[in-house]
Amino acid sequence: MATVIIPTPLRKFANNAARVRVNASNISDVVNQLAVHYPELKKHLVDTSGRIAPFINIFVDNKDIRNLELEHTQVVEDAIVCIIPAIAGGSKPLNKNS
Amino acid sequence: MLYIELSVANRMIEDVKSDDQECCGFFFGYEIATNRTITRSMIVNNSTTQNKQTYFEISVEDYMNAERFAEAQNLRLLGVYHSHPNHPAIPSECDLEMAIPGFSYIIISVIDKKFVKIKSWQLNERLQFEEEEIEFKEEIEFILPSLN
Repeated sequence: MATVIIPTPLRKFANNAARVRVNASNISDVVNQLAVHYPELKKHLVDTSGRIAPFINIFVDNKDIRNLELEHTQVVEDAIVCIIPAIAGGSKPLNKNS
Repeated sequence: MLYIELSVANRMIEDVKSDDQECCGFFFGYEIATNRTITRSMIVNNSTTQNKQTYFEISVEDYMNAERFAEAQNLRLLGVYHSHPNHPAIPSECDLEMAIPGFSYIIISVIDKKFVKIKSWQLNERLQFEEEEIEFKEEIEFILPSLN
């Protein structure tokens, strides 16, 4: 089973669990497994089209899934899946063209 | 309510007030029901590739370090602070867009490198920012909640 590490601010949507064990073969499976147990958590992980939300980073064994196969990234037995919120902001609106 | 140990608040303000770029960091402490108490802070690098005078970003590595620090110190990672140089301590559209529920967001307004205001915000259930009341304490005595 893979271990999913839940970031502190999202633990309240996962019964305060810091680590969750899931049976999953890829990241889509991981998200679906989490959604079964913690439906509120899913809302903060994926956008309305079901893709990983832009302000969420997911690392599998220290590798960013954006550099792998995104939701199709393979999750092997004993993999460590880290969910990491993007932390950013600013005093002006984002320049979406930059 | 957000309680902040005065020395920690002063440190956060000192960390950011002399810089005309946005500065950022994490804070730690403990949480009982809806009350949060900040006992430690940690300034980190603003890693944005945009204009640092108006944007900030914290790297994945710094975020992971903050989580590890909290676990090692038996504290809770309570939120993020950042400065608004020459802007009020009010979340921008950008702050709202990037905010996640569960964190407190402290904003420190600095005008001409002088501290003006510190405010804290949290997302509500409608994912809109609501101001959190702040109370400063000289020294915080941690009282364990009753088990009865």
